[in-house]
Amino acid sequence: MTMWRSVSAVFRRDLRLAWAGGGAAAPLGFFAGATTLVPLAVGPDLKTLALIGPSLLWVTVALAALMILERLFQADLEDGSLDQLHLVDAPLEFIVAAKGAALWTAIGLPLALASLPAALALQTPPHATIAVAIGLLIGLAAFIGFGLFGAALAAGVRRGGVLIAILVLPFFAPPIIFGAAAASKAASEGLGAPGFLLLCGCALAGVALGPIGAAAALRQQTG
Amino acid sequence: MFAWFANPDRFMRLSAWALPIAAALAVVLFAIGLPWSFLFAPPDFRQGESVRIMFIHVPAAWWALGIYVFMGAASLMGLVWKHALADVAARAAAPIGAAYAALCLITGSFWGATTWGTWWEWDARLTSMLVLFLTYLGYIALWAAIEDEQRAARLAAILCLGGLLNIPIVKFSVDWWNSLHQTASILRSGGSAMDASMMQPLFVMALAYLFAFIALLFAGMRAHVYRRRAVTAALRRARAS
Repeated sequence: MTMWRSVSAVFRRDLRLAWAGGGAAAPLGFFAGATTLVPLAVGPDLKTLALIGPSLLWVTVALAALMILERLFQADLEDGSLDQLHLVDAPLEFIVAAKGAALWTAIGLPLALASLPAALALQTPPHATIAVAIGLLIGLAAFIGFGLFGAALAAGVRRGGVLIAILVLPFFAPPIIFGAAAASKAASEGLGAPGFLLLCGCALAGVALGPIGAAAALRQQTG
Repeated sequence: MFAWFANPDRFMRLSAWALPIAAALAVVLFAIGLPWSFLFAPPDFRQGESVRIMFIHVPAAWWALGIYVFMGAASLMGLVWKHALADVAARAAAPIGAAYAALCLITGSFWGATTWGTWWEWDARLTSMLVLFLTYLGYIALWAAIEDEQRAARLAAILCLGGLLNIPIVKFSVDWWNSLHQTASILRSGGSAMDASMMQPLFVMALAYLFAFIALLFAGMRAHVYRRRAVTAALRRARAS
């Protein structure tokens, strides 16, 4: 049982850390800024906005997810907490998964909530906004799952943000393809769109494989 | 068998012979394949002369994928058996694979411009080749970013295996929007859709690409081994003085 206690302790620690320094506000601010600026650049034509709206939300959320990855393991590596986490009685994979879950709760949930007004402003029909937000929430699980892998690989690299972006970009491709496709069909098909189920598949793959790959990479980072 | 090859000294002795042989084979095969493709193979009844881009484009696509699989196998050997030479092989193969992928994308763009009327189409195969190219770049970037070579080798190998899993998923996901690019026409049930007069030069070109890869791979691996020896020698000299 102590194993689960350690895992939940890591989860609570990362949840607190995400909000403590105001770090979780940065991706939200980025999301708000980007979804405001793009309509200003595209022009107020409602038809165009409705056409690109769901895709725009997906791109912005993917970029917001990228922002938080750089410091994810780097901070733990620098202050020595990563060495401590190696000593915990739970497997490193579980610890990494707990960190990912904390990130998803601290940043994924607020982003999905923020996408509701953003989707409305981008002319998504009101009855479809919930489906779009749920899709984004699931997509964030995929982004964070694969993002853990990229962040763990680049943990020892100073200013590794660009490197992480290159590393995870190929992994972000499938969820963004299916997610944006599902979001575009949300008005007519809701959560029944085939793209939505494939997106769930991508998220499951990310959640299942991301922590395993990330733990394998983190074992190489110390010592 | 791999353990036998994994000895760097043995590799250096063997590759000193194998490198010029592979290079010579590549030159001979290109000397046969290029004129055959560009002068003697028949023009396509619909695409005309532009079909000749295929002889550059298709082998590049095949080996861009093949080299990544090779890197995956080498990475696995490097991770499991900790053969330093396997890491060197994967590392030396990456820029060649990236170059083949880039060649495939560029020639594909030319071909698309003449036959489809567009330089770039976000079609399944183009997109998955682009993602493969990005995967190569990420792998090269990770090697470049980490100073400790041992650690870089392990991490790059883990990344390479992750990418190996990802590429079929990307392929499948982009197939979803399947559009202009033809589907497989050589390896398919019911036999090849391509006439032998085009297939033969295509295979000669594919072999030429393969031997060019082997020659460049050995050259790159030898350079890495020499560099490592130079570093070790410099360290030893520094310690002695």
